[in-house]
Amino acid sequence: MNKKASEINESLPWQELTPGCEIYEGGSSRLTMTGEWRSKIPTWDTSKCKQCLLCTPFCPDSSIPVSGGKRSDFDYDHCKGCGICYKVCPFGAIDWKEVH
Amino acid sequence: MSIRDRLSGNEAIATAMRQINPDVFAMFPITPSTEIPQYFAQYVADGKVDTEFICVESEHSSMSACIGAEAAGCRAITATSSAGLSFMNEVLYVAASARLPIVLAVACRALTGPININHDYSDSMAERDSGFIQIYAENNQEAYDNYLMAHRIGETPDVRLPVMICEDGFITSHALENIELEEDEAVKAFVGEYHPENYLLKHENPLAVGPYGTSPYYMEARVAQAEAMKNAKRAILDVAADFEKTFGRKYGLFEAYRMEDAELAIVLMGSSAGTAKAAVDELRESGVKAGLIKIRVFRPFPGEELAEALKDCKAVAVLDKSEGFSACGGPLFAETASACINLTQRPKMVDIVYGLGGRDFTVAQAKRVFARLEKIVSTGEVGPIYSHMGQRDLREDVQ
Repeated sequence: MNKKASEINESLPWQELTPGCEIYEGGSSRLTMTGEWRSKIPTWDTSKCKQCLLCTPFCPDSSIPVSGGKRSDFDYDHCKGCGICYKVCPFGAIDWKEVH
Repeated sequence: MSIRDRLSGNEAIATAMRQINPDVFAMFPITPSTEIPQYFAQYVADGKVDTEFICVESEHSSMSACIGAEAAGCRAITATSSAGLSFMNEVLYVAASARLPIVLAVACRALTGPININHDYSDSMAERDSGFIQIYAENNQEAYDNYLMAHRIGETPDVRLPVMICEDGFITSHALENIELEEDEAVKAFVGEYHPENYLLKHENPLAVGPYGTSPYYMEARVAQAEAMKNAKRAILDVAADFEKTFGRKYGLFEAYRMEDAELAIVLMGSSAGTAKAAVDELRESGVKAGLIKIRVFRPFPGEELAEALKDCKAVAVLDKSEGFSACGGPLFAETASACINLTQRPKMVDIVYGLGGRDFTVAQAKRVFARLEKIVSTGEVGPIYSHMGQRDLREDVQ
């Protein structure tokens, strides 16, 4: 029986990891909080945002959720703070600052 | 029923490959391994195999293609030598850490420089830490037999490691020798089909291979890989036992030749064993208790078993056919000496680097090595621990 990705974590002894660290299901990146790597953070100013959605396809980590044709706030669990959204926003609706 | 034939080491390995009929062969030519894919291409053209034969643009690519194919669920193979093996270096580690039991035939050849196409182990020894199992042949028969065992060893569930089947470039790869081949059906039955539990093309079970391993995971992954290499020792012996039962030829982790009561011993690898055995036989006739250990499996290294075999010797010479430039001995010496370190009573030990770039090794030289061991025993003086043999040298006393 293959171990689920959700059962693999940093407290497992080596005997309980999968051979070659194989992962036996898709979409397992949702389980890894890569947002922890962030050293700068984007913030969204709803008063300036025109919902043009230019930021969404530029985000390399799919961390700007869209539903019903409108974006909502960042997925900070997975946003690595690269700042591309800040650069491409034509309305200055995204700020990008050091995390302290 | 075995079939008597006369084949070079390369053709013997290519024959084993044809009989196994692997799913993918990713090839790139380099002397002296080129004949292996050359023979195999003929088998493909003649319809004797249904292998996907891919001509790629480099050895880095041939091993990468094997990694992709093996991860997809195929038996994937390739062959190389020397600089080609070095060019694979990066991806050899990927194959091993992703636990993909690829089989790689290596016709061992010196590394540059000076540029040279002949035999020594500088190529394969440079990959001793790659995580590949390494099995070495003394002659064409062993190259063939080792190849027949390779897939089963690598594919053993608690091993899952890639395997290098090493033969001596030109000496074994190109010299014709009598050989006993096994019938195609018997080989197929012995090797069996490959049915990995998980693979990329398994539709109902999506799989990610070779993920990023951050520091909370890397150490555990390496320990698991190290344990797999320890398990390989048992798997090699299990497969060898079944091989002996099936085909009648017996193999161990190393061959101990006239070692029962040996006081002086040579430890070496590959085709030089035949030469050294002739010296052992001559010395035995004159009453010298000489013996030989031929290392067959270098990875995993049979340290405990080797220490047990050497513990009653008085003096041992390790013959290294690669220069590790450690300034204190070659890789086989380092392994052999460390294997013996915890023996309460252990032999005096010296390292002699020889045979580099195809330099001949003779019975007379092997006898001189034993003479030096006799002198170590009679005087109690070890003398130089690390030296070279067979080079032209102004220092007459070093040969």
